[in-house]
Amino acid sequence: MSDPAALRGGAPGPGAGNGGGALPADARAPVDSGVPSAQAGTGPLLRTEGLTRHFKIGNALSRRNLHAVDDVSLTIGEHEIVALAGESGSGKSTVARLLAKLYKPTSGEVYFQGRPLSGVRGRREVLRYRGDVPMVFQDPFASFNPVFRVSHGVQRSLKLHRPELSAQQRREEAERVFTAVGLTPAAEVLERFPHELSGGQRQRVGFAQALALRPKLILADEPVSMLDVSIRIGLLNLMANLRDTQGVSILYITHDIASARYVADRLIVMYAGHIAETGPTEEVLSRPRHPYTQLLLSAVPDPRAPLRVGAETDRGEPPKVIDPTPGCRFRWRCPLAIDVCHQVTPPLRELLPAHSAACHVARADAETEAFR
Amino acid sequence: MSSAPDQDVLSTGPAGTAGNVLEVRDLSVEYVMERGTVLAVDRVSFDLSAGEFIAIVGESGCGKTTLLFAIAQLLVPPAAITGGSVVFKGRNMVGLTDRELAAVRWKDLSVVMQSAMNALNPVKSIGAQFADAMRSHGVASKAQIADRSAEVLRMVGIDPVHLKSYPHQLSGGMRQRSMIAMALLFTPDLVIMDEPTSALDVVAQRSLMVQIKELQEELGFAIIFVTHDMSLVSHFSDRLMVMYGGVVAEFGATRRVFDEPLHPYSVGLLEAFPSIRGPRVPLTGIPGTPPNLVSIPPGCRFAPRCPKVFDRCEVEPPELYEVNGTLVRCFLHEGKGWSNE
Repeated sequence: MSDPAALRGGAPGPGAGNGGGALPADARAPVDSGVPSAQAGTGPLLRTEGLTRHFKIGNALSRRNLHAVDDVSLTIGEHEIVALAGESGSGKSTVARLLAKLYKPTSGEVYFQGRPLSGVRGRREVLRYRGDVPMVFQDPFASFNPVFRVSHGVQRSLKLHRPELSAQQRREEAERVFTAVGLTPAAEVLERFPHELSGGQRQRVGFAQALALRPKLILADEPVSMLDVSIRIGLLNLMANLRDTQGVSILYITHDIASARYVADRLIVMYAGHIAETGPTEEVLSRPRHPYTQLLLSAVPDPRAPLRVGAETDRGEPPKVIDPTPGCRFRWRCPLAIDVCHQVTPPLRELLPAHSAACHVARADAETEAFR
Repeated sequence: MSSAPDQDVLSTGPAGTAGNVLEVRDLSVEYVMERGTVLAVDRVSFDLSAGEFIAIVGESGCGKTTLLFAIAQLLVPPAAITGGSVVFKGRNMVGLTDRELAAVRWKDLSVVMQSAMNALNPVKSIGAQFADAMRSHGVASKAQIADRSAEVLRMVGIDPVHLKSYPHQLSGGMRQRSMIAMALLFTPDLVIMDEPTSALDVVAQRSLMVQIKELQEELGFAIIFVTHDMSLVSHFSDRLMVMYGGVVAEFGATRRVFDEPLHPYSVGLLEAFPSIRGPRVPLTGIPGTPPNLVSIPPGCRFAPRCPKVFDRCEVEPPELYEVNGTLVRCFLHEGKGWSNE
C-alpha cells in the first residue's frame, strides 16, 4: 500500500532533476581515491586507507589466517551511492562491518570526515558515529523484534541518539521519516507489527530507522536481495530518492551488478578481499578492464540477448584466501594470467580517469577481453 | 511448435500425448489453518513431454513451490491436494502410499531442493549418501555403487575423490552439483528442481544452469524448474509458466513470453529487472504486494496491482484464454486467439 508514493519519487525517474535521461551518475564528479587530505569538510565523506581484516581460524596446532579484506582503499563522497559488488566471500560485508565499527581492522584506517575511526572512543562518540553511519540489514524478516510495533525501533533509537527531543517531537520525527520512505499514512503504519508488513515495507522501515538518526552515510548490506523481484526496484528508487532529497550517501553492498548499475554513481568490484576494479558505474560496466569484472558481466542473465555459447567456460572454484601467497587472487580462473600474476599482487592502477583496475594485464586502450 | 487450432495447448511436446512424462490436471492444493483455508494452488493443468524443460516463475507466495511439492507428492499437513490428478508415466500419483512412492522416487523422478546444505546429511560423506539411495533401490553390489557414484559425480564436473568429502567441505556450487548428481543416479525421466541456484552467486549460477542443460540434452530427462528469477531461465527452458496468487497467469513458449508477454503481470515482472546493457531507463517495478490467499478477491487476483485494470476485473475472475498458443488469464486477451473459449 505504501509503495506507489515512493515509486513516484524515485530518482532515476523522469522527474528527478537534471532533465529526462540524465542519470545521477553523470551528474556527480567521482571523488578520486588516494587523495590524502585529512581536513574535514574538503575531503571525501569517508575514506579508507589500506583497510585490512584477517580472521584467525583453526586451533593452536594449526593457526591460519583468513584474509577477508586486504589492503582496501576506497572513498565515498557526499551525496553519492557507491556500490560494492562481488560474489559471496569476496569481503564486501566485512568492509561494511569495518566501516560500521563492528569489527576492528587488522591494519589500515577508516577516516570519517577526515577523522580516523580508531580515535572514535567512548560511548558518546561511538554512539554519534553510529548515528552518522547507520546500517540497514539484509534480512527484513530477522531484523525486527516481532513482539514490538514498528514504532518501537524508531522511537528507541531516537531516544538513544537524539535525547534532546520530547515525546511529541519523537513522534513527529518518526512520522517524518516513515513518510520519507513511502510508508504512508505514517501514523498508521507506525502502529503495525512487523508481521503485518510485507518484506518490502519492512525494508523501508529499516531505511526509516536509519534516516531518523540524520545520517551522513547509510551502509546498506544487500538490502533488496531477500525481496521479490517486483518489489526490489521500489527500494532501489527509494535509495536514489534519499540521496537526492535527504542528502545522504549510501554504500550499497550487492552481488547483483544490474541493480548496482541502476542505482549507483560509482562501482567498486571486490574479489577475494581485494578491490579488483573501481570507477564510475557506467564507465566500469561499459569498459570493464579487469577479467573478473568481465566474467561477472558475462554471467548476468540477459533475457533480451541471445545465448552466447562459450560465455561460461569458467568452472573455477572459490579463491584461496586462507594464508594466501602473493600474486593475483584471480589468477587460477584467469585466462589472461601471465607469470608475474603468480608472484606479484597487482596494485590498483588508474587506467582511465577515475577508473582503476588491479590487474597486470589490463590496459587502458587495448581491449583485453577474457570473458565475453 | 505446431500451431494447429485443435491441438491441446497444454501439451506442445513433439511426440504428442503419447510422449508425455507427466500430465497434471486441475491440481488444487489447500492449506487448512485456524484462520481459514488457503487455496495455495488453484486448478493448475499442464503436460510435460519427455525431455522437455518447463520453468515455473512467480513471487514468494504465488504457489510455485507448493505446486512442485504437490507434483512430487511431498506435501505435509496442513497442506493437502484437494482436487485434480498428477499422472506420471501413466499412473496417478495422487493417493499413492509412501511405499509405492518410494519405488518411484530417485528411480523415475527425483527432486533437487533449494538448499543443498540442508538437503544433504551433514554427518555422512557424499559417497555414503549416494550409496544409501542406491541400496534402498536394490543395488547391493559395492563395486556397482562405487562405479555409478563416481560416474554421476564426474558427469556434473566434480572429481570423484569428493565421494569421501562431507557436505561442509564442498563449496556451495559443488554441493548443489552433487545434489544434482545424486538425482541422476538412476537416470530418471523427470527431475524436479526448486530454485537450485538461488544460493549461488551469479557466475556459479550461470555455470550450473549450463551444466543442467547439457546433462538434460545428454540424458534426455524432463525438468520442472521453479525459480523467482525469470531472467535465469530465459535461455534454458522450453516453456514458461508464470504463476500469480495460486493460479497460472501465463503459460507459453519461453521465447514468446519474453518477446511478447501478454499478461500485465508478466510485463511488470520483465520490466522489474534492471538491464546490464543498453540505455539506463527508470523502472517502477510492480506497486503493491502479492494477494493474501486467505481472502481471495472475487475478480482477477492481479487486479489490485494491475496498471490496466478495468471494472470487470474487480468482479469476475478471468479464465485462461489462448492467444497464438500461449495461455493467458486476462480479459484483455479474451477472444483474441483462435477458439478455445
